[in-house]
Order: sequence, then C-alpha cells, then structure tokens
Amino acid sequence: MVSKPVRPFSSKDAVVCRSVGKTWAEGTPRAHEALRGIDLDVAPNEFIALLGPSGCGKSTLLYLIAGLEAVSGGGIWSFGDPVEAPSPERSLIFQETSLFPWLSVWQNVSFGLSLQGVPADERKEAARRALARVGLSEAMDKRPDELSGGMRQRVAVARALAMRPKVLLMDEPFAALDVQTRAKMQDFLLDVWRSSGASVLFVTHHIDEAVALADRVVVFTSRPGRVKTIVPIDLPRPRDLFSPEAEALRRQLTALLQDEVDRAFAEQEALAAE
Amino acid sequence: MASSSTNPLPDTALRPAGGPPFGSLPWAAIAQVAQRLLWGALSIGLFAGLWELCWALGWSDPKLLPPPHVFIGNIVDQAKFFNTVNRWQIGAGVGSGPSPAMAVVYTVLSSTGRVLTGLVIAFTLAITTGVAIRYFKLFERLTLPTITLLAPVSPIAWLPVAIFLFGIGNGPAVFMVVVALFFHMVLATITQIEGVNRNLINVARTMGATKRQIYARVVIPAILPGLFMVLRMNLFGAWMVVLIAEATGVGYGLGQVIMLARNTFNPSLVFFTIGLIGVLGFSFDFLLRQVQRKLLYWVPREVLSGL
Repeated sequence: MVSKPVRPFSSKDAVVCRSVGKTWAEGTPRAHEALRGIDLDVAPNEFIALLGPSGCGKSTLLYLIAGLEAVSGGGIWSFGDPVEAPSPERSLIFQETSLFPWLSVWQNVSFGLSLQGVPADERKEAARRALARVGLSEAMDKRPDELSGGMRQRVAVARALAMRPKVLLMDEPFAALDVQTRAKMQDFLLDVWRSSGASVLFVTHHIDEAVALADRVVVFTSRPGRVKTIVPIDLPRPRDLFSPEAEALRRQLTALLQDEVDRAFAEQEALAAE
Repeated sequence: MASSSTNPLPDTALRPAGGPPFGSLPWAAIAQVAQRLLWGALSIGLFAGLWELCWALGWSDPKLLPPPHVFIGNIVDQAKFFNTVNRWQIGAGVGSGPSPAMAVVYTVLSSTGRVLTGLVIAFTLAITTGVAIRYFKLFERLTLPTITLLAPVSPIAWLPVAIFLFGIGNGPAVFMVVVALFFHMVLATITQIEGVNRNLINVARTMGATKRQIYARVVIPAILPGLFMVLRMNLFGAWMVVLIAEATGVGYGLGQVIMLARNTFNPSLVFFTIGLIGVLGFSFDFLLRQVQRKLLYWVPREVLSGL
C-alpha cells in the first residue's frame, strides 16, 4: 500500500521517506500511533542524527527503514528501490549488544557471509579486514563475553561493515557506555563513516552527541513522532564542543527539545494516572 | 570454535575478572570445591548422626529403621539380593548367576542406562517438537492443545499404558522416563523460543537470513542453555519414574530390588538401595553440569553454577 510520493526524489538518494506513518497494533484497541507524516531525504555519505524525547518513534523509524517492520502509511525508498524487506545494504546496530554469545568474534563478524554460504577461510579473511578497521584485530578468537561494552559495540560495527552496507542505521549504539568510552566511540564512528562512504542515521537523545557527529539533526516531536525541524550543522570535524558555534547550536537544540520533553512528560504522567 | 585463552590482550578494556593468573594452580577454585565437599559431608554426617543417636537411645527399632552403620555394615550380605535376574529362573540355585558385587554393578548400570536413554530421547524429541510447533503454524494448531492437555498427567498414570505398549522389560521403563519429561520440555521449548532476544533475530534478518537459517543459527543455540536447565531439573523426576517402571518387572534394576526388599520385609536393603539411588542421582546431576559446561561453553560460569 505505497502511495505516490508527494515530492519527487532521485534514485541517488540513500534513503527517502515520504509521509511515513506507523501505528503499532493497528486495528486493535491497543493501537497507538508512533510516527506520522515523516518526510526525510538522506544523501549518500550523509550523517544524520535523529534527536527527540524518548518514546517519540525515532527507533521505530530506523526499524521501518531497515525493513524489519512495515509502514502503516507513506513509503520508504533506498537508492530508488522501495523498502519492503530487510537487506544487507542497510545494517542496523542496536543499543544493547546483539552479538551471538555462542560465536567467537570473527564468527560474529562474518555471520552474514556464512548465511550466504561463503567458505570459512574467505569469511575469516573478511572478518580480519573488518576487525582491523575497528582496531580489534587481536580479538578475532575471543568470545563476546570476554570483551568490554565498548569493544562489543565495535565488533557490532565491524559486523555491519562486513556486509558493505550503503546505509548504517544506529539505534543509540553508545547509550549503554560510560561517558569516556562514548567520546572515544564517537571519534571511531566518524572514522568508520568517512572510510566506508555509507550514509549514517544515528538515533540519540543526547544533544552533545548530535552536535559532535551530524551533518543534519532531525528533531522529532513527542508521540506521535513528526519532524519538528531539521537543523543543519556546517562545522568542520573534529568539532570543538566548547566553541561559540557549538554552544549556540546546543542552546538551539535544547530549546527545541524542551517543549517536546515537557509535553512527553505530561503525557506519560497522564497515562500513568489512568 | 573459540578458545578462551587466559592470555590477556594489550587492550586494557578486556575483562580481567575470572581466570587465574598464568602458571599457578587455581587455588581459589580448589578451596571452593573443598569447602563444598566439607559442607556436604557435614550435612550428611549430621543426618546420619541424628539417626544413630535415636538408635543408641533406643528410640527407634533397628528392625524397622536400621541405622546407617547397620545397613551399610552388611553391604556384602545385602548385595546378593541385587541378583534379580537368575533368582526367578526355574531350577536356578541361590548361588547361581553373577557374584553379588557384579549384581550390584549390573543393577546400577541397567537403571542408569534406562534413565540416560530416556533423557536423550525425551530431550531430542521435545526440542524437535517444540521448534516445529513454533515453525509451522498448522503443526502448532494440531498438536499444542493435546500436548497441553497431557502435560499435567502424572507419569504414574502412564504406567499401564507403558505395559500395554511395551510389555515388560526396558521398553516400558524408558517410555516412562520419556513420557515424564516430554510434555514439560515441549512447553519449556516454546517458552524459551518466545524469550529469545529480538535483537539477535533482527540482526540475522537484516543480514538476509531465511526463516530456516534464523531457527537453525539463532533460535536453537539461544534456547539451549534454558532447555538444559529444564533437563537437569527433570533429571530427579526421571530417577523417580524409572524406579516405578522397574518395579513392574525388568531383569536388573533398582526398582526390582526395592520391590524385593518390600516383599521380604528387609528394611536394611530398602535403606541401602535408597542410599545408592541418592548417590547415583547426585553423580548424574554432577555429570550433567559438566556436560552443560562443555556444551554451553558461551554461558558464563557464574551463571551456570548459579542455576
């Protein structure tokens, strides 16, 4: 049920969303609308941060773009093709570690290749290359539970990179990490992003993270999530988060978010009181 | 497969907890085992001591409740009753058949073999059925109501069925073990599948895994730890059931010995056999823990020992 796009788009666009809506448990009494009328164009190798109060449907949008869930309205295209199912071209990286605990690091990284029946020595080589890119060559034969949280997320990134994705979808990937590790991981992610040439859609509720990383910050309203505004950031990287420009951006984004957070909070309280 | 070497990476982020340092014996582990053995011995000693005390004070009749030193003391005397095979053969003398010691060994091996066979069959059958139920909707609709209906039926109720189907011998005993475990384990498998971390499944999906690949490569490994737990919990149940089945008549078997002891009013033999079963069940649990550790190499040790 894909409606005609309201605005034209080019097949070069990495991700195109047109009036995307999502209602969970549609047609049941428990139905609730998570997203409404999302319009978004993501250029190749663009870094987009999705910022919004918790529960605003940012993650839902990633799941829709990944093809893991079907849209309730509108349509999503990636490089000109409608998104109807998951594809190795669009890798999703989760907040919690999602490594297979029974596989070694290199087996985890080459899991996607093993699904395609690639022989083991070739897979091991591909895993070695991907792990070298995230600086974890020595951890090849480790098991996930022997690694720290930051290392596990780097392995998850390596696993995504091994599939040579054109779009990296990241659902608060560093949320579970401590502040120091998080800062390191942001630098690391920028390196990976530059060298991979992939577009990144990065969900976060941290304003600093969005200011440090993104070309454009998409600010969401609270439930149902709509695009409130898109803030472009035209600062060279690595960014000094204490520069006057960054300070101004932070103030602007904080103000934009504040209303939404207040509204979301009031709504949740009302829900809890029910 | 991944080998967990104790050689730490230069990366400081590596978890240093756990493994002992290079070259030295794992003294902490040894001390832990020794401590556990000590408490075990103390616990049993306390129980046996109270029993002996009751006997020494004349509170318990040694003919009915012979204290440990009595029924363990005449092991050699009791062992000859384990020869439950030749005893009933026409024309066989009391002294014919294997020596008493060998008869005990045969009996233990027979019962153990039945439990083990039953466990393996039940485990395999239950996982296959449980996965098939989640995999094929039609199969679920056709079988799940029946399985849920039969799950609460006591294994004892299956005893006549076992005899109708398999007569007398190993067949009904193994059948009883399987029936006692199967239904619960199918339901446990289904619950475990529902509990599999959605992220793991979604990762496989984004990498283009088919439904079959998701089940074979993600769901089954993910549910194994939980299922193994269920298996271990049901192990004692299997030992109880096998005794009941053996009582109906098999060659060698601990159930036969218990029946014999009951019929001949031999309390010493009863307690000796009970002790034997206890030791066997305990060792079995220990062995299963070792298998679990090897098979589920990825589950952290602290988690396994806590289970």
